[in-house]
Amino acid sequence: MTSDTQTHYESAAEALPIGTPRHHVVIFGVLLAFLIVAPLVLYPVFLMKVLCFALFASALNLLLGFGGLLSFGHAAFFGSASYVSAHAAKVWGLTPELAILAGTAAAAVLGLVIGALAIRRQGIYFAMVTLAFAQMVFFFALQAPFTGGEDGIQAVPRGHLFGLLNLASDMTLYFVVVAIVFGGLLAIYRIIHSPFGQVLKAIRDNEPRAVSLGYKVNRYKLAVFVMSATLAGLAGATKALVFQLASLTDVYWTMSGEVVLMTLIGGMGTIFGPLVGATVIVAMQNYFAGLGAWVTILQGIIFVVSVLLFREGIVGVVARWIKKPL
Amino acid sequence: MKLKTLALAALATTLMAGSAMAQTAIKIGVLNDRSGTYADLSGEGSVVAARMAVEDFGAADKGIDVEIVSADHQNKPDVASNIARQWYDQDGVDVIVDVPTSSAALAVNEINREKGKIFLNSGAASTDLTGTACAPGTIHWTYDTYALANGTGKAMVDAGYKDWFFLTADYAFGHSLEENTTKVVTESGGTVVGSVRHPFPGTDFSSFLLQAQSSGADVIGLANAGGDTVNSIKQASEFGITQSGQALAGLLIFITDVHALGLETAQGLVLTEAFYWDLNDDTRAWSERFSAEMGGSKPTMVHAGVYSSVLHYLNAVEATGGKDTEALMAWMKENPSEDPVMGTGTVRADGRHMHDMYLFQVKTPAESTGPWDYYKLLATIPAEEAFRPLEEGGCPLVE
Amino acid sequence: MFELLGIPPQALFGQLLLGLINGSFYALLSLGLAVIFGLLNIINFSHGAQYMMGAFVAWMLMTYAGINYWWALLLVPIIVGASGVVIERLMISRLYHLDHLYGLLLTFGLALIIQGLFRNRFGVSGLPYAIPAELTGAQNLGFMFLPNYRGWVVVASVVVCFGTWFAIERTRLGACLRAATENPTLVGAFGINVPRMITLTYGFGVGLAAFAGVLAAPIYSVNPNMGADLIIVVFAVVVIGGMGSILGAIVTGFGLGIVEGLTKVFYPEGSAVVIFVIMALVLLVKPAGLFGRTA
Repeated sequence: MTSDTQTHYESAAEALPIGTPRHHVVIFGVLLAFLIVAPLVLYPVFLMKVLCFALFASALNLLLGFGGLLSFGHAAFFGSASYVSAHAAKVWGLTPELAILAGTAAAAVLGLVIGALAIRRQGIYFAMVTLAFAQMVFFFALQAPFTGGEDGIQAVPRGHLFGLLNLASDMTLYFVVVAIVFGGLLAIYRIIHSPFGQVLKAIRDNEPRAVSLGYKVNRYKLAVFVMSATLAGLAGATKALVFQLASLTDVYWTMSGEVVLMTLIGGMGTIFGPLVGATVIVAMQNYFAGLGAWVTILQGIIFVVSVLLFREGIVGVVARWIKKPL
Repeated sequence: MKLKTLALAALATTLMAGSAMAQTAIKIGVLNDRSGTYADLSGEGSVVAARMAVEDFGAADKGIDVEIVSADHQNKPDVASNIARQWYDQDGVDVIVDVPTSSAALAVNEINREKGKIFLNSGAASTDLTGTACAPGTIHWTYDTYALANGTGKAMVDAGYKDWFFLTADYAFGHSLEENTTKVVTESGGTVVGSVRHPFPGTDFSSFLLQAQSSGADVIGLANAGGDTVNSIKQASEFGITQSGQALAGLLIFITDVHALGLETAQGLVLTEAFYWDLNDDTRAWSERFSAEMGGSKPTMVHAGVYSSVLHYLNAVEATGGKDTEALMAWMKENPSEDPVMGTGTVRADGRHMHDMYLFQVKTPAESTGPWDYYKLLATIPAEEAFRPLEEGGCPLVE
Repeated sequence: MFELLGIPPQALFGQLLLGLINGSFYALLSLGLAVIFGLLNIINFSHGAQYMMGAFVAWMLMTYAGINYWWALLLVPIIVGASGVVIERLMISRLYHLDHLYGLLLTFGLALIIQGLFRNRFGVSGLPYAIPAELTGAQNLGFMFLPNYRGWVVVASVVVCFGTWFAIERTRLGACLRAATENPTLVGAFGINVPRMITLTYGFGVGLAAFAGVLAAPIYSVNPNMGADLIIVVFAVVVIGGMGSILGAIVTGFGLGIVEGLTKVFYPEGSAVVIFVIMALVLLVKPAGLFGRTA
């Protein structure tokens, strides 16, 4: 997927190879400061939801914006991780950090399997294949005994972090979630700016050229697919603990669509775009919940408008104004 | 979350605060499906029913401020638990009512347990609410899968439909419905000759219906719900299954489903409900008022249950003079509920509301005298027989 | 294999026939997708929503205008196809110079809007649409009781599918279409209005979806969500068949319907996923699809 912003971003990123640009450090700093103060004003459960989706959207963005691969089935990773971590915490009685790790690992393995098959096709086919696999995972979640079918896994205990810190309080849990999500975002940032990330962008922009340069393109694609699936899993596993629930919503195809929308509206191929997109969409779902089916229609309209007029996304536009990659 | 946009300030009684009782403000949250499959059988109708209960209770005269808020849980447990959490944490809701869809109800039940509030469920079917998942603040008011399976299963076997074949939705709810009914059928002297599990949600049931047909069973038990049930009934009629002598037993079917199917297709179906608008003068009068507000639709048993449960709750608030969950629950369990809609009932230790259930058969088009004249009463099932015995539920609250 | 013995051959025939009926819908829908993809290089995600619109418009014609099923079969594809033409002109045509994925995203958004609007207006409980009087009743085939209407679905679908195949593969118009797929500039140079051809092709593909919707209306309930899950299955069908060939889309559609029908007998629990499993296998063995040209 190439757009003006991305090409612009490309040139800027090449100008700043390894060292982190100062304005990125500033933004991360401001973000962290905001997150620390925010729960005093805003409902912490809402903030945690935004954070989980921000990480989920950033994980998708790693694949879509930087790998150029549109997965329409990322709910499979998000959802299966949330099931596994819920099961681990509730049935196996694992501590939260281990439950989250278990969920994330499950997503990684699933990512490896689906990724290995999906990268055999390109472009639109790739999107359809991921969608179809995600639907398979959905049916599995619907029928497997341990997922609880329609009920999902409910009353998941939040437990004690490292067996010590009680997470029952929303405030305590909030800071743990901030730590996890912030860690995830930094990891993505690191991946994008590594030599691996550079090769990835080269493949995205011109696959034949990358092949002719001797890169094993499919290995890179698979690697980024697995990384993206893993991080999506991390988000899903964390969400299961926050809401003490893993449900079919997390694996349904509408969830895959939603996260694509978050990435698109925030700005594909930008670093901070998915965060903004997730905030916009989650806030919209929360504050307009009373409108019922209109929320879906509104999401559809945003999709159409973003594609037709606003392909750079919110952060993409801002980046163009300030002439700095974001 | 501005769910308050839908808020209906029922009665403002500041001017009358001089009355004997100290001012109590109650906020009732009606949480149900307002846009999906169950919107017709719960939805706005449940808000209307709750409002009618507040009016009939005469909250204004008794110095109790009642506000009703409502929200759409879209039949998703995650949405339901989100809203419930936010209602309790931020919006000061005291009691949540209705909540159809078992998964959503169980999710709300957990939040409720954690927050120590009261949950009056009318819309959901799962027996777990009064079984392994029972909670000190939860009352399951109207019906459950056991009562439906028991009523319909037993009645059909008694009527000579001995051999059963199940068409089961392949997820937890369908499985438990099949299991419950199988138990009743075998206990009553029938046999289960086979079953087939269909994907959920399904669109084409013809293949499964054909398997049911070739099994030679007397009756096909539909262990599914909503659109799946409606579609199976329709396609059974298309493939001539009912005409060829096999009967259909809907295990979870509401009057709104019958309304959607039309009598031509639904005739002869046997089903169990907790309420029918045309039972007696009281139910007819109440349903008349309900219809006037709902554009002519008749209330379902879920609406009746919302009315009945809210009324009982408000009586408890009046009697205990406060909002203390423990005191309210104790009062509600000690005193019988009494209202014109669902008659007399009691609340059992596990939170099960006990009342009579009714076995109906859907009329033929010729028998029906007008719109919504759908059922003829086959039998009244006494409360003690209708519901699962207390000791079988495995509810930890029962010593 | 011992399970095979448990199924009498007559019952098996019955299930094969039922599979063929479901396959009729897969074939019509995947054909529409393939036609659109062939010329526009766009995966039409709103295909399921347009199938649903077909059923609803038939219902509306019947309810508000008293227009019967047979006229609906003719009018609905034209009406819904026309709405497709408008969508193509106003929106999709602006995306041809971009990555194809944007087309997917756009039509996904459109699907959300269309489904949401119908859900708001009509609820999700489903609306009844009667089987036309001429096709009520059923035939006793000896091995099964076949409702006349279902038989008609197979016939109508086969006729339309092969008519489309013939028009595209065997006529001059079709030759132009295929040529424009290969090289739009060159075909344009021959004086053929390529943009108009593209617009009409999209309209035609959408019309096929609407036609399937009208066929479905009397047997499945007319419901805003009826296309939402179906479209994902059809995507898998398309991946299996490969979108290079019109005939491939048709044959795969019917074939997978039959496979799915058999699964419902031998392993009903797996009937929802069998197509996806086949898709995974095909990807392993023949990534371009059974009838596909290598990308």
